[in-house]
Amino acid sequence: MVLQARGHGVSPDFLNFIETVLNGLMSGVMYSLVALGFVLIFKASGIFNFAQGVMALFAALTLVGLQTGQVPFAHLINAILGTDIHHWGPGLPTVLAILVTMLVMIALAFLIEKVVLKHLVNQEPIILFMATIGLAYFLEGMGDLMWGADVKALDVGLPSGGSFWWEDVTRAWAPEGADYFGMYIDTLDVSAAIIAVVLVVALTLFSQYTATGRALRAVADDHQAALSVGISLRSIWVIVWSIAGFVALVAGIMWGAKSGVQFSLSLIALKALPVLILGGFTSIPGAIVGGLIIGVGEKLAEAYVGPIVGGAVENWFAYMVALAFLLFRPQGLYGEKIIERI
Amino acid sequence: MLYRETGDFKSSYATDQQTFPIRSERYLFWGAMVIAFLVVPFFINDYWEKSVLVPLLVWSMAALGLNILTGYCGQVSLGTGGFMAVGAYACYKLMTAFPDLNIFFVVILSGGVTAFVGMLFGLPSLRIKGFYLAVATLAAQFFLVWLFNKVPWFYNYSASGQITAPERTIFGIAVTGASAPPWATYLFCLTLVFLFAWMARNLTRGTLGRSWMAIRDMDIAAEIIGVQPLKAKISAFAVSSFYIGVAGALYFSVWLGAVEPTEAFGINVSFLVLFMVIIGGLGSILGSFLGAAFLTLMPVLLKNVMVGGLGWPTDLAAHFEIMLVGGLIVFFLIVEPHGLAQLWRLVKEKLRLWPFPY
Repeated sequence: MVLQARGHGVSPDFLNFIETVLNGLMSGVMYSLVALGFVLIFKASGIFNFAQGVMALFAALTLVGLQTGQVPFAHLINAILGTDIHHWGPGLPTVLAILVTMLVMIALAFLIEKVVLKHLVNQEPIILFMATIGLAYFLEGMGDLMWGADVKALDVGLPSGGSFWWEDVTRAWAPEGADYFGMYIDTLDVSAAIIAVVLVVALTLFSQYTATGRALRAVADDHQAALSVGISLRSIWVIVWSIAGFVALVAGIMWGAKSGVQFSLSLIALKALPVLILGGFTSIPGAIVGGLIIGVGEKLAEAYVGPIVGGAVENWFAYMVALAFLLFRPQGLYGEKIIERI
Repeated sequence: MLYRETGDFKSSYATDQQTFPIRSERYLFWGAMVIAFLVVPFFINDYWEKSVLVPLLVWSMAALGLNILTGYCGQVSLGTGGFMAVGAYACYKLMTAFPDLNIFFVVILSGGVTAFVGMLFGLPSLRIKGFYLAVATLAAQFFLVWLFNKVPWFYNYSASGQITAPERTIFGIAVTGASAPPWATYLFCLTLVFLFAWMARNLTRGTLGRSWMAIRDMDIAAEIIGVQPLKAKISAFAVSSFYIGVAGALYFSVWLGAVEPTEAFGINVSFLVLFMVIIGGLGSILGSFLGAAFLTLMPVLLKNVMVGGLGWPTDLAAHFEIMLVGGLIVFFLIVEPHGLAQLWRLVKEKLRLWPFPY
C-alpha cells in the first residue's frame, strides 16, 4: 500500500516473480521439515536415515487410520479369515489421534533400536544406510498392509485454500487497470511455515537447555567421549529416533493435508537429500536454509526455465543445484569442514 | 577327493592367482556352466525365460557393474536406474538407426555410450565422497530419466513415448522382438554375462582392480603411494557404467521388449541393484550373482506361495512382498553384513578342514 501511494504500481511481472519466490519459500519450509529429521538422526548416530520419508508416510497413515477408525490389517485379516471387517467405530478425535500416533512413533523408535540398530553398532556407514533403506521398504509395506494403499484425505483442522485477504492486498500493488489478479498463497503453507518455525525453536531450546538435550549434543559431538562420561548411547538413540518420529509426524501431517496421504509422500525424502547436501548433513540451520534455497530455486526454475525445456524441471533441478554446489563446497553451507588424516 | 588344500602349497604366481584354487570347485564351476549352456536351453520355456532366467542374467550383469564401482572402488552410486536407461535408449537408437548392425555389437556399443555418460557423472567423485556422492548420483538418476521422457528424439517421436525393440537376429535366429524363441534369448544373455563376468574377474585382480581397491580402502593413502585417484575413479565409473549399460540394453531389448522410462528405470531399480550388491557381498564377483539370484527368485517364490498357494489378492501379496524384502535386507545385514559371498567363503573354510576339523 506504501507502494501504491507513490502513484505508480509495481509491474505485474515483478509481482509474479515475488509470488513465485514466496511459494518457493513455502514449499522450501516443507522440505526443511523432512531434512530436519535427517539431520537430527545423522548428528546423533551418524546414520543417514533413508526411512525418514517413509516414517512421515507411516505416521500420516496411522493418524488417518485412527481418525477414521479403521481396523489395522483389515485387508490381511479378511483375506485369511474370509471376514469382512473394515472399521471399528467412528474414530478418535484429532488431538487424541495425534497423541496415539506419537506413541506409535515412539514405540517404533524403541523397536528400531532394539531390533536393528543394536546389532549394527560399529558397522560401516554404508551398511547402516542400507539397513535404513531396508527399514523404509519394511515400513512402506507395513503401512500399506495396515491401513490400505488407497489415497486418503487428511484433515486436522488446519485452514487451507487461497488467502483472499492477501490476494486483495497484492492486487492493489499493481498499476491501475493492469491485468493482474493478486498473488495466490495457500493458507495451509503459511500454517506449515509457522509450525516449522515453532518446531525449530522448540528443538533448539530443548537441545540447549535440558539435560537430555545436552546429552544429545554430547553424543553428536563425540560418541566415545559421551560414552565415557556415562551417557547411555542406546537410550539417546531411542530418544533421537523418537524426536525424528515426531518431526516425521509433523511433516506427514503437513504433506498429507496438502496433497493427500499416499505413497508419493515417502518420496519427499528424496527431495530432502539435495537440501541436506546444500545445508550440510550436520547442521540444523543448514537444513532450514538449504530447504528454503531449494524451494525457491525449484519454483523459479519451473517458472522461468521450465517452459523453455518442456517442464517438469522440478524433478531434477534440486539435484543439479546440489551437484554444482558440491563441486565448490563439498561439506555444504554449514557442514563441518571435512579433515582427513591417514 | 571332495575337498582339499588345508595349507599353503602354492609354488608359482599362477597357482597363487587362480580363480578356483581347489579342484572340486573348478569341476563344480565348469559343471554348472555345462548345464547352463548345454542342458537348460533344451528345457527352457516361456515362463522360465521371462520371469526367472533372463531377469536373473540381466540383474546379474547390472549387479556386476555396480559391484565394480561400489564394491571394488568404494564409490556408492544411486544412479544405476538412470545408467540402465542410457544403455536401453542407446540400444534403441542404434537398433533403429543401423538396422543391419548385428545386435551383439549394438549391445556392446550401448555399453560404450553408457560408459561415456557414466564418466561424466563420475567426475564429481573426485571432489566428493560417501553419502554426498551417493546423493550426487541421484542427480544422474533423475536427470537422465527426465531427459528420456522429455526429448522426443530419444524415442523416435513415437506417440506413446515408449520404445519398442524391433526384431534382430544372430546367425539368423531372432533374439529380440516378440517371436524370439526362449532358448535363443537365454543363450544370448548367458553368453554376454559369462563373457563379461570373466572379464570382470580378470580386471579386478589386475593392476586396475588393485588401484580401485586401494582407493576404496583409503583414498588418501592410495594417492600417496602413487595410485592416481582421477584414473582409478573415472575408470571405475566407466567400466561399471559399461556393464550397467549392457544390462540396460538387454533389459530393454531382450527381456521387456518395450519400456517406458519412468516405470522401468525409476529410483527403485537403483535401489534394487544396490540391494543385490550388498546382500550378495561387496567386492565379490560371485556375490553379484548370488545377490541377483536372491532378489530375483525370492519375489517369484513369494508370489507363487501367496497368490498361488494361499489365494491372497495380488495387491495384498505385493505389500507383503515389499515388507518381507525390507525385513530380509535388515535381517541379512544384521546376520552377515558382508553378504552371501561371505557365507560361501565361511563354508569353504569349513570344507577345507573337513572331515577333520581341529
